[in-house]
Formats: sequence, structure tokens, C-alpha cells
Amino acid sequence: MMDEFAPDMIIEPLLVEKAVAGRRGYLFPALDVPAAPALDSRYARTGSARLPEASELDTVRHFSRLSTMAYGVDYGFYPLGSCTMKYNPKVNEEAASLDGFASVHPLQDEDTVQGSLALMYRTIEDLSELVGMKWGTLQGCAGAHGEYTGLKTIRTYFLHRNEMNRNKILIPVSAHGTNPASASMNGFEVVQVASDERGLVDIEDLKSKLDETVAGIMLTNPNTLGLFEKDIRKIASLVHEAGGLLYYDGANFNALMGMARPGDMGFDVVHLNLHKTFSTPHGGGGPGSGPVLVKEELVPYLPQPDIVFHKSTGRYAFKWNPKTSCGKVSGFWGNFLVIVRAYTYILCMGSDGLKAASQHAVLNANYMQAALRKVFPVAYDGLCKHEFVLTLEAMKEETGVSALDLAKGLVDMGIHPPTMYFPMIVHEALMFEPTESESKDTLDHACEAMKSLKETAYSDPEALHNAPCTAVITRVDEVRAAKSPVVRY
Amino acid sequence: MSKVIEGLKYSKDHEWVKVDGTDATVGITDHAQDALGEIVYVELPEVDSQFAAGDDIADIESVKAASEIITPIGGTVSEVNSELDDSPELVNEDCYKNFVYKMRDIEVPSDLMDAKGYEAYLATLK
Amino acid sequence: MYSYIPHTEQETRAMLDAIGVKSLEDLFSDVKEAGCLLERPLDIEKGRSEEQTLDIIRGLAALNIKGVSFLGAGSYDHVIPSAVKSLSSLPAFSTAYTPYQPEISQGVLEAIFEYQSLICELTGMDVSNASLYDGASAAAEAASLAIADKRKSSRVVLSGTMHPFAIQCVKTWALGTGREVVVLPEKNGVNDYSSLESLLDDSAAAFIAQSPNRYGYLEDFTGVADLVHSRKCLFAISSDPLSLAMQKSQAEWGADIAFGDTQVLGIPMGFGGPYCGYMAVRQDLMRKIPGRIVGQTVDTEGRRAFVLTLQAREQHIKRERATSNICSNEALCSLTNVIYASLLGWEGLKEASSQSYSKAHYLAAGLKELGYCAGAGLAPFWCEFPVVFKSPEKLEEFTEEMKRNGIFSGVKLSRITLDRKDDSTLLVAVTEKRTREQLDRYLAIAKREAR
Repeated sequence: MMDEFAPDMIIEPLLVEKAVAGRRGYLFPALDVPAAPALDSRYARTGSARLPEASELDTVRHFSRLSTMAYGVDYGFYPLGSCTMKYNPKVNEEAASLDGFASVHPLQDEDTVQGSLALMYRTIEDLSELVGMKWGTLQGCAGAHGEYTGLKTIRTYFLHRNEMNRNKILIPVSAHGTNPASASMNGFEVVQVASDERGLVDIEDLKSKLDETVAGIMLTNPNTLGLFEKDIRKIASLVHEAGGLLYYDGANFNALMGMARPGDMGFDVVHLNLHKTFSTPHGGGGPGSGPVLVKEELVPYLPQPDIVFHKSTGRYAFKWNPKTSCGKVSGFWGNFLVIVRAYTYILCMGSDGLKAASQHAVLNANYMQAALRKVFPVAYDGLCKHEFVLTLEAMKEETGVSALDLAKGLVDMGIHPPTMYFPMIVHEALMFEPTESESKDTLDHACEAMKSLKETAYSDPEALHNAPCTAVITRVDEVRAAKSPVVRY
Repeated sequence: MSKVIEGLKYSKDHEWVKVDGTDATVGITDHAQDALGEIVYVELPEVDSQFAAGDDIADIESVKAASEIITPIGGTVSEVNSELDDSPELVNEDCYKNFVYKMRDIEVPSDLMDAKGYEAYLATLK
Repeated sequence: MYSYIPHTEQETRAMLDAIGVKSLEDLFSDVKEAGCLLERPLDIEKGRSEEQTLDIIRGLAALNIKGVSFLGAGSYDHVIPSAVKSLSSLPAFSTAYTPYQPEISQGVLEAIFEYQSLICELTGMDVSNASLYDGASAAAEAASLAIADKRKSSRVVLSGTMHPFAIQCVKTWALGTGREVVVLPEKNGVNDYSSLESLLDDSAAAFIAQSPNRYGYLEDFTGVADLVHSRKCLFAISSDPLSLAMQKSQAEWGADIAFGDTQVLGIPMGFGGPYCGYMAVRQDLMRKIPGRIVGQTVDTEGRRAFVLTLQAREQHIKRERATSNICSNEALCSLTNVIYASLLGWEGLKEASSQSYSKAHYLAAGLKELGYCAGAGLAPFWCEFPVVFKSPEKLEEFTEEMKRNGIFSGVKLSRITLDRKDDSTLLVAVTEKRTREQLDRYLAIAKREAR
């Protein structure tokens, strides 16, 4: 139950707390058919639900005010590492709002949805070309869901080959936690592969773990430190020789569009994040989209239905493959309106624009790294790809100001904090991914901000322990939230 | 320095065991509670359920970490410290006084360490 | 210059100089050394202006044909108030990341808290998460939760009247993992419980069912919770959340897990997505539920604040021990839901629900009067019912004639069951959005076809 708060301790009341009995925000026309007999009491609900009772204007003001207490890419620099918070073009929104897409039912006859099918087909074609794969599915609804789908496809492939002895997935220690979670959800045993100090795969350790029980290895490339896995071809041949497959986590693909393709590196399965690399908005935590693209021998095992194009009739159609497909991973065909946005982006950017996007993403990261290495040590210095990691360990020891404190200080300067404490192999890590959307002056401002925050850390550490001070609230008590959870009104 | 108490047995997973004939009391060590930080939740095993040494038996959560308790001994759960349901922070306050569970009909593996052995083991962990 | 890349040539040059490389290509020397540089242009057309792009996109949208929709089977054409779209597309909501920084995310966090409360109120459960991908994938998450909750369990029992796509999702989840999915038979379009007890053997962790079910019928769960609990299993029910304004909530049936799809609460049909899955559980399962959860707390000044909490359950902390890998969910869709429900209020939800019910019954009764076999089951239905034709050809003639008149008359059952024997059954859904005039036109055409 909700605790009682004095009015001045509440920033924005819940809409239900302002309810006025009988007030309505939307009115339906009167029922124009005879009312049907009431539902049999055996089935009928007896309890009511406590919901807001508000006018349309009450509702509009409540949510508009809430939106002033949020921070999106449209408001300022968002260098959140591994999240690719690039600009979300407005034309994408216009495309997704078109009535011809938004109002279409997923089970309409196929001859009435040729536009949707064509768009999905072409998206798979273009994504396949971008990553060097044969074909794919758009059914995954997020990055983690793509991982689940890709690994399920691998699982099904081995099932059909009677190689169920292959029940291990190798994952570098430096990987994001989602990778091992996705593998174990698919019933795989997770085996860690050692990384060197740059987070790159330790080849000798990999060799020692490859045998006939290995189904594959999951890698991000560039890795979680923003470094290109230079031995990737060697890794691919080792894993393939042992009968395993290579899974590419596309979280970091914004570094490589048009420059390199996972398929050419030797990967067999790729998932992409349309809400990262392909500019669809993150929505405060979704909806995203996690397409999975695979090499030819894995195509039969992808989720169903597939989308096919009949040249003779010029028509697109769904095709169900119950004999080999791994089945379904979501209700219909995937997050279609997110896919519309991504396809709009691909059309607009084209092959040249996508390549330029990756080049400038890498340019921005290296430029920032070059400026910031004068302020804080880079966890692994050298050419980075689309992101880089600083370590603030020395500052923490000398001043007591942590990476978290400094990141919170950035909030007061109008900048969203970078990713903190990841990857876990770096102490007091701050991971910056500026993306190609940001201009030189934005990056210069952010670097200046970092510099001045460091000065503050040494002159007035207390100020940073209390940062931010310009937000609507100060730091929150996370222990209280987790110990006696209040998760509803 | 983490506190280690004489007279207890220790596992590499940082649990302590106090053996008393065929019964035993189990908790987590000072090193473990310190690594977890402020504990917000302890999921306790069911009384009368049986476990072998090395099984996951309980979960301990802080805000930023989750750790499973691997039971260092086999046996049947005879009692759980239900005070931890409402006050999990007791483990932070005194992890040797505030046990997690007790077992009967125990089987104690031979590789558990004594206090000295555990201190030496901790020293190897940097 | 490219769209969405702000760099002028001079700036790019200055930045390359600052880095100490000569060209953009030189930034990829490591890729080249690894032998991985793509030496040819991508086989994708070159970029276009915004207007050229829109021309293509509008052309594709125009290839889709719209009709007056009586289609359901998991996606429904309900009324969406104008304020819903306008508020949910505010850029601070839509272009934000997951609210990991509470100080600058109170708006998103409070909205999620309101959403969680909405789901708890509708389902009668204690704890809701911040959303899942959709209703069908939520079924697999419910199965996963149950298996994790019961030691040494491996089996889940699914109702055979669940949406076939949800059943497929659970089977896919089980595929190749040693978990077992067993399907309870149906009788007259609803569950036949005679074998449930034996199917819930010691390895079973859950019984998962759906109401309204795949045919639109309401299931009678009287006594089911007791039976399931006596087998030390969890009971999960998937329900259309708008139906919960009329039919018994999951809590009223004694379920442990409530889930379903919230598309009906303000989300456009959008050719199947993005939708949003909901899941809520009893208090004692709070630390087992997958996905993100927002909780209330205070800031250092004692002010009420909201924050992502119970994160120790999640994949980024638990890694391979997590029961779900979900990170991004459908936050913007759940925001849409809570805006929709705020505008309507409980009275409005009841009205949308009961108008859908009355209009569906009006149409079914009209069809019956014309001699159609409509809603023939023994169980009551809410806003969707099956019509069984004498042959697949008869059904085809009927739907084609409707389509010529701009009406999408229903979903052929075999579209979702993928079973030829369902070729002559049409699922007809009616929402509050359909007018008397549209219903009468449907009946008029049906009358011509009945001759």
C-alpha cells in the first residue's frame, strides 16, 4: 500500500489521487443496439477497479507534466554506451502513422496486405545484405528476444541434425548479462571463455573449450570495450572446425555498416537491434525489434511463417514451415510499426548513408576518446570503434568521487550519463557511445563538462556526492524500494 | 579484513557451517555479506526438504547483486531463520549470529575448511 | 552531407586531425588488418531525400486495403481516443531510454507505476511488471516462471483452447530444452477437465489457460484453482484485459499468474505489432516475475520518488541463472495503455466492454435468425464467436462477397490453427466501434448469401 506523503513531498500526484467521482475523459455514443442479456453470474465480475476519474484535460496535463520529468534524445546528448541513442528521424514517425500501416489487421487476407508484406520482405533483404546473411525473420520484439530467437534457431538446427550432444554455448566473461541468460533460457549450458585485458577472446582458452559438446559461441564485435575482435577469422575457423556455430550479437553493429559484415567474418547467426542501429525510438524501454538473420543452412529452422515472393504473380505471401521451423516467438509477425520506421531509415540513408553513419559514429567516438584521454585513462587505449570506456578508478581512490557521482554530475550539465560500471572487467567504468548524430560542438561541450567535473571532484567532492541538484528529485533510496516494495497504488 | 570465527567450517562459496552431532547450522560469511552490500531479501528453503551438498538452497539479494547459497552440507532442512523474511539486514549486522537455515541428518564433505584454512583462502582472492 | 549526420567537411577534417588519422577509412585500419573490410559497396540502393522516401513508403501503405473490420483472433479494432496518440508520442517519452537514471526519469517511472497499478486493478493480482512483448510470448514467460518456481519440474499443461499462436510460443520455448508441453483436450469449444488431474503429474509446474478462449468463448474455471493447487502447480490465466471489465478477473478465479495482451487498450492493430504483454502475480511470486518493475521510494529530501527495483531478478545481474532474458519490453505501449485507461476510467472500460458484448450478441443473434450456425457452443461468449459454414467453399463465398462490400467479415479459423478441418469456421469479432448501420449491412449481405 502507498505510504502517506505530505503534499509538498509529492512532485506530481498520481492521476488516481486526484480522481473526482463521476468525472470522465472520454464518452462513448449511446448503445445503438438492444443491450444483450447480462452475463451469467458464474462468469461475471463482481469486483470493481480503482482507476482515475479525470477529464480529458486533467489527463492531458498529467501526462504532459510527466513528460517534462523525462529525458529523451530530442532533449540533449545521450552518450549511453552499447545503447546507440542516435537521433530518431521524424519522417519515421510519419511513415508508421500512415493509416495504411497503422490500421491494418494482422490476419487480413494476404491480397489486402501486399504493402505490409512487401515492406517486411524488402527489410529482410536489405538487413541480410548489410550483415552478409541469406535470409531472416522479423519476429523478435527486442534485442534479447532476438538472442532468444537466434539461439532457438541454432538449437533446432542441431536437433534436426541429431546433434543434441551440442548443449554448450561459449560466452566471453566480458559479455553483457543478457547473453548467458538467453543461452540458459534455451537450455544451453553456459561456458565462460576468458578475455584478455582488452576484452578480446583468449584464443588458447577458447581452444581448450572446443569439443563435440559445443553448439557455438556468442560474440559482440566490436566487443564490449568498443574494440574490433581482430582474431575473428581465426575464432570462426576454430569454432567451425569443432562443429559449432558463431552467433553475432548486433548490439554494436552501428560501428560497421557498409564497412564489414558479420557473415564475411564467419558468423552464422546475427541479431540486430532496430531500436539502436536503425534509428527507431527506444520508447523509454521498448518497443524495439530484434530481427534475426542467418546463413543458408539455418534458414529452414527460423520461426514461422516465412515471407515469400512469387515472381510469377508478383505477390507476397506467408509460408508456414511446420516440419523444420522452431515455431513462433511472438503472437503475430513481429513489431511491424517499428519495422516500418527502420525500413524508412534504410530507404532514406541508402547504402552510402548507412556507411557514412557508421564512419561518423566511429569518428565521433575516437574524437571524444582523444579529448577525454587527457582527462581520464582510457580502459584500453588505441583506435576504438563506436564506443570507448574510461576508468575513473584513480579519481575514486584519490577523492572518493565515484564514476556514478561523476555521471550524476553530468545530469546537471544537461547531458545524459554514459553507461556506468559496464563492462564489469573495468573498475569505475564509464562507457561513451556518442553516435553519428552528434555534432562536433556537442562533443566538445561534453568533453569540457567532463573536465570541469573532474576539477570539482578534486576541489569539492561533496558537491558531486550530492549531484544532481537541478533535477526534480535528488538521489533515491534504492534499498528501501527493494526491501519493502511498493509497486502499485 | 573479513571476520572469520574459530570453530566453524567454511566452504569456498563463503558459507559457514556449525556442526553439532548430526545437526548443523548454516549461514554466509562476513566476506560474502560484505561483497553483497545491503541485503534486501533472503529466499529461504522449505522446511523438511532435502538437499545434497553443492545444491542451490537459497537466494540472497542486495540492490545490485544476487547470490545463491550453495549448501556446503547435505541433509534435511530442519529450521529456517524466518526473522530474515522481514529483516534481511540482520545478515549484514551479524552474519555469524543470524544463520540462514539448520539441517538434520547431515552429510559433511571432507573438503570444508577450518578457520585458518578459510583465512588463507580469502588471502588468495586479492 | 547525409541526412541525420551533422558534420560539415571542415568539421570532419578537424576531428580527423585531432585523432591523428588521415581519413575516415583509416579509422577502420584494425578491421582491415583483420581481413574483414568490405571491399565493395552494399547491394542496397543509394540514399534518398525525405520526400522521395515518403513517396515509396506511401506507395506501400496504399497497397494495403482497408475494410470495416470484424477481425479478431488476437487483434481488435477498438476505439482509440485522440488524446492517446498525442500524449504517447511526446518526445520525452518516445525518445527516452529505459529509466535507469531516476532523477531525470520520474515521468516515465511514474507512468509505469500507474500502468502496473492499472494491471493489478484489472486482474485483481498484487504485483504487475512493466510489460512483456505481447500476450503470446507472455504465455512462455508464465511457463518459465512456473518451472523456476517448482524444483525439479519440467512439464506445463496448456489448455487446448488457448490461442494457437500462444501454444506455438510455449512449444517453441520448450523445444530442445527437456521441458515438456502437454495440451488439455477441449469439448464443445471449451476445456474438458476430465484428464487435467492426471496430466498434472509430479513433474508438472503449471496449468495455463485462456478466457475468452481461441473461439471467443468464456471458460468456466470453477474448482480448477483448487485442483491445480492440490497438485502443487501454479494456475495461470490469459485474458483480454477489456473483457475483465465484465468477466471474472484472474484473481476471482483463484489464479496465481495473470497475463494477456493489452493491444485492446488503445494500441493500433498495426499489422500485428508492436503490442504489449501484461503479467501480474500474487505477492509471494513477486521476486519471480520476469521483466522490469517500478517501485516507490523516497529521495534524500524525503520526497516521493519512483525507481526501477527488484533488479536482482533480472538478466543483467543474474546472467545464466535468470529465468528470463527480457530487457527492453514495450514501455511506450504500456504508457499508451495507461493513458487510454485514464481517459476512459472504470466506467468507460465497462462501457467499451459491454457495448462490444451487446453488439457481438446482436450480430450473432441476427446471423442465427438467418439460419447461420453462429456461436453454437454451450459456453457464453464476450465479443467474438465462431460461425460454422457447411463447407470451406460456402465460407469463401461469404467472405468474398463481404469483402466486395468493404467488409472484412471474420478470420478463418484455419488461419490460426493451420488445420484444414477449420477451413469452414469463421471467427467473427465485434467491438464497440462498429455501428448499428455496419452491423445491419453485415446482416443484409449475410441474408443475400444465405439464400
